[in-house]
Amino acid sequence: MKKLASGKSKKSISRRGFIRGAGLTTAGTVVLNSGVLAFEHKESYPKGDLIAEGAVEIKMKVNGLSRTLSVEPRTTLADALRDQLDMTGTKIVCDRGSCSACTVYLDGKPINSCMTMALDVGQQEVTTIEGISSGEKLHPVQEAFIEHDATQCGYCTPGMVMSCVHLLKHNSNPTLDDVKHATRGNLCRCGTYPHVFKATLSAAEKMK
Amino acid sequence: MNKFSWYEAKSVEDAVKQVNNTVSEELYLPSGKAAIFKSGGIDVLDLVKEGLIQPKTIVNVRNIPGLNKISFDDNGLRIGANVTLAEIEGNEAVKTRYAALHEAVAHAATPQLRNMSTIAGNLAQRTRCWYFRSSDHPCFRKGGDKCFAKHSETGQNENHAILENDRCVSVYASSVATALLAYQGSVMITNGKMESRQVPLSEFFVAPDQDVSRENILEPNDLITEISVPAPDMNTKSYYSKQVQRASYDWSMADVAIVAQMNGDTCEKITITLGAAAPIPIRAYEAEKIVLNKKINEERATRAAKVAMENAKPLSKNSYKLPLFESIIKQGLLEIA
Repeated sequence: MKKLASGKSKKSISRRGFIRGAGLTTAGTVVLNSGVLAFEHKESYPKGDLIAEGAVEIKMKVNGLSRTLSVEPRTTLADALRDQLDMTGTKIVCDRGSCSACTVYLDGKPINSCMTMALDVGQQEVTTIEGISSGEKLHPVQEAFIEHDATQCGYCTPGMVMSCVHLLKHNSNPTLDDVKHATRGNLCRCGTYPHVFKATLSAAEKMK
Repeated sequence: MNKFSWYEAKSVEDAVKQVNNTVSEELYLPSGKAAIFKSGGIDVLDLVKEGLIQPKTIVNVRNIPGLNKISFDDNGLRIGANVTLAEIEGNEAVKTRYAALHEAVAHAATPQLRNMSTIAGNLAQRTRCWYFRSSDHPCFRKGGDKCFAKHSETGQNENHAILENDRCVSVYASSVATALLAYQGSVMITNGKMESRQVPLSEFFVAPDQDVSRENILEPNDLITEISVPAPDMNTKSYYSKQVQRASYDWSMADVAIVAQMNGDTCEKITITLGAAAPIPIRAYEAEKIVLNKKINEERATRAAKVAMENAKPLSKNSYKLPLFESIIKQGLLEIA
């Protein structure tokens, strides 16, 4: 998939940055819409208006901060987070909503960011894995994942953590079945499930 | 993924004026010319990512005011087109009055997808047959001249149809549809002239022998605005079961919904519907006749289950579905008895 022009300067050239930079050449043909769609203010959303194929600037509330992004109508939230905001904690694995590695919250509800269009976010608040810890201090679920060796290759981990943190937010005393139910959508090819379940139950105990 | 523009529809009228193609018809266009509806967007985006459709414009109906309400009164349940599966799952009336529907919704997809998927989109999604979903396989449904799944040696047809499978052997993707059909629900559709019509679900699905290119009656400009389900009688009992390969979440191998009006242990009205049995959700009429106006006992339940599978023509790799369906139907009948 073609990368979008990020329009941001990079501190240094990482592999990812290089790939994105290479993508800029194709994005050069994209005609940028000049108007900024301020999604926080409904009245400034274009009424009955067509948003053209090219990139358009939008505002999005991510982890409590208002961010400005340049997205095309076809840009998914997962791509926008990773390519535009450099928030690569959210992983894209299946890219079809089947594995939930890309789980983020929209207004507190877990969703697949790979199957959500960035334009669909509107005024809803996005919470990503980067917004789960408080600065350098990890969330108890994250600490428990380390303690219980609940990660192997790590690709499913951010999504798993998002599902488990969401569970504990709404159920402080979960059973094993509750944890299994909450992580039903999260696939782990390494088979870390038993450790994920133990970690979540142990985090629930510690958070009491 | 092809580029497309985005139209943010403000009302049903605004939306139906913009759309010139159905998702089904879009499959046959050589290059993107179509404007199609999108709500939760899961299936549309999936088809776009797979390169099966290349819409020119996505008409977003997700934010149209008034389509996201769910209500229950003496006339029954009304579910706005944009109500998510998670919202249906969490609704008290659904939990208490429509147990089979609740069970079907709670076992559809993943928690994440249930937070995103709308009921209208769930009903209108295209089949999950892997040959249909692969752009490398020009099957009947995509204007091709064969069914790849049906081939007795090379066809990967474990999940495919065992009934009404003469041509296309794909099965309907929505297992929620199985339950809604059992409750004899209907779909409210508004067309481009702003005319609304209510279509019973029994007339909503289109079987391959009627038209293999589509799975429902939706025409361009046709927008589902509401799903309605009659109020169940006080003596109504319902049952739903979906068998899957993985316990966590999966597409249905066999799902059965039963809605029956009981007078003591005598069955006065009954609908038995089967999902993942045929290309569209179907009613097992012959099985219903076995138990209608009779007491449901072990012998009748066994016979009804057998009769439901009487015309089954399993493919090379899915004969397991016959005993599976038989046992679910029997168990369901005995449970409501």
